[in-house]
Amino acid sequence: MPSNLIKEYYREDKLPHIWCPGCGNGIVTRSIVKAIDALGLDKNDVCIVSGIGCSSRASGYLDFNTLHTTHGRALAFATGIKMANPKLHVIVITGDGDCSAIGGNHLIHACRRNIDITTILYNNNIYGMTGGQYSPTTPTGDKGTTAPYGNVDPNFDLCELAHAAGASYVARGTAYGAIQLQKLIENGIKNKGFSLIEAITACPTYYGRKNKKGSAVNMMKTVKEGAVINKAWDKLNDEQREGKFTIGELYNESKPEYTEQYAKIIASFKKED
Amino acid sequence: MTIKLMQGNEACVEGALRAGMRFYAGYPITPSTEIAEISSIKLPKLGGKFIQMEDEISGMAATIGASLTGLKSMTATSGPGFSLKQENLGFAVIGEIPCVIVNVQRGGPSTGLPTAPAQGDIMQARWGTHGDHAIIALYPNSVREIYDTTIRAFNLAEKYRTPVILLLDEVIGHMREKIEIPEDSEVDIINRKKPTCPPEEYKAYELKEGDFVPEMAPFGAGYRYHVTGLVHDETGFPAGADKAEDLLNRLISKIEDNVDDICTYEEYMLEDADTAIVTFGCTSRSAKSAIKSLRKEGYKVGMFRPITIWPSPEKQLIELSKKVKRIVVVEMNAGQYFLEVDRISGKNTIVEKYGRLNGEIITPDEIISVIKEGHNA
Ligand SMILES: Cc1ncc(C[n+]2csc(CCOP(=O)(O)OP(=O)(O)O)c2C)c(N)n1
Ligand code: SF4
Repeated sequence: MPSNLIKEYYREDKLPHIWCPGCGNGIVTRSIVKAIDALGLDKNDVCIVSGIGCSSRASGYLDFNTLHTTHGRALAFATGIKMANPKLHVIVITGDGDCSAIGGNHLIHACRRNIDITTILYNNNIYGMTGGQYSPTTPTGDKGTTAPYGNVDPNFDLCELAHAAGASYVARGTAYGAIQLQKLIENGIKNKGFSLIEAITACPTYYGRKNKKGSAVNMMKTVKEGAVINKAWDKLNDEQREGKFTIGELYNESKPEYTEQYAKIIASFKKED
Repeated sequence: MTIKLMQGNEACVEGALRAGMRFYAGYPITPSTEIAEISSIKLPKLGGKFIQMEDEISGMAATIGASLTGLKSMTATSGPGFSLKQENLGFAVIGEIPCVIVNVQRGGPSTGLPTAPAQGDIMQARWGTHGDHAIIALYPNSVREIYDTTIRAFNLAEKYRTPVILLLDEVIGHMREKIEIPEDSEVDIINRKKPTCPPEEYKAYELKEGDFVPEMAPFGAGYRYHVTGLVHDETGFPAGADKAEDLLNRLISKIEDNVDDICTYEEYMLEDADTAIVTFGCTSRSAKSAIKSLRKEGYKVGMFRPITIWPSPEKQLIELSKKVKRIVVVEMNAGQYFLEVDRISGKNTIVEKYGRLNGEIITPDEIISVIKEGHNA
């Protein structure tokens, strides 16, 4: 029942949102809210932290403790919040540029610490808010307002990066598969440690238009067709993988969580006195 | 009262803990490192948290994040690290998030003179972040004063809901002095005002009658609200350009209207002086010694030392300019605070600068010759 969802979790008076018609950001945001609802979290215990970019505006529309920070730094602010008050469920909303360009260093270190933060990465393969410049996830050869002749940069697989850096839960979903995405976010929130859920979404206004990807509906279809569930992915050869990406739970492993490890140090002093 | 031999950087941590610091996030840089090291030892023993972040940008961000949950938070750095903190420092200004940023200065620009003293961040403290804003910056000159001033930095941060900068000199940060630690009863601690209204009625940035800052709820206490670096209205949500002037003027005036409360300073032998040295931090100690010698020779010299370096003690500097024939601003830079003193006092009297950029402290003898040279000129 979407209207109840809006009443309960959105700041209705802050709507309508600023996103373009056909943008996938609304669907991803809704999946986050549905995940929080399904887990039955107390709104007062949830803290949503975002960076700067179209997707990062989501924090303002949601009725939790919300913090809209500086470009790329959401994870660094979130680390302070989680460390200071580990009881809070800290959820970070970030864009591909926010998270992996300017904020790339914070991402790898949050993963390395395995601090209990759930990061939802809205990947639209472009810088939306500043008008369509290429980002670290723009596929090589694609166009952006600063890549008029095609992007020469190799692009990042941020799930692989997060796993290599030490995140204990890594998953990928899409704005098309909203129900699966919700489930992945739920599992990410439940994971005691750093979780990255990449949500493949579409920016018809810039990425779509620059690269002749057709209408918003068409872009959503492309997202659907490109997504291959991880079990099937393993059976594909390189040629078959061309233009496709794997979705689902990619890595899920249990590791010591940062704030719990620090709490042990604090507890060791309590015993002494 | 306890008497202890303490290093300046250590006194900073001790003062911070006394003020109630329970969170520290930072990145190591000389000559500030002892502040991080001692914090890492002491905080967990008090149930507080220390985290070494990946850089100064994240150190500042985490400090702000922790403050939002209600913990008194601090970060410390030097030169290049202070530059990196500037964007998020501006975030703390506009978001009205109390925190303390210590900058044990070193020579610059860039990597400059890593361990040598310098007083070159006077203007960076004032204008380092972008946009129009007010700032509070404090500048102690002894180990004991570092202790007291760090407590005061936290108190001002909490009272005015603002980041407060503590400028230290390398020589005092690393110097050991015998200090008296005051009794609890002698130390005032200020804590931020929390809302008492029910959460539904809470407007995060609403100014209540008679207050100059809004009440601040810690994240997680049931008051769900929004904090942003964008221009916002009293509800905390982004607002258009028409709200910018209201907001920025309020942020500036909460500090400028209260300079009498915020500004502290020291006056030394100024009663009959015809020449005044304006200086701060370690150079003020050389100046004091120079004044003692000069007085013996009959020179009527005194010193004005701002302890609150921003906002400027304008009233006092105007008064001083009407009283003396000559002001010499002594600082270990090419004349940063001179610009401010000249702006305020230059219409009434001669304002000169004496600076140094080679990473060596200015000696009493040097000050003596500067004063003598210009005397009766
Ligand atoms: C320090 C800094 N540099 C640059 C910008 C300008 N800027 C704002 S949003 C943005 C890009 C956002 O792209 P992305 O993170 O992919 O998010 P999207 O808008 O696509 O959701 C940039 C470069 C800024 N606000 N701050
Ligand atoms: S510019 Fe792109 S990402 Fe931003 S709101 Fe519009 S469609 Fe969405």
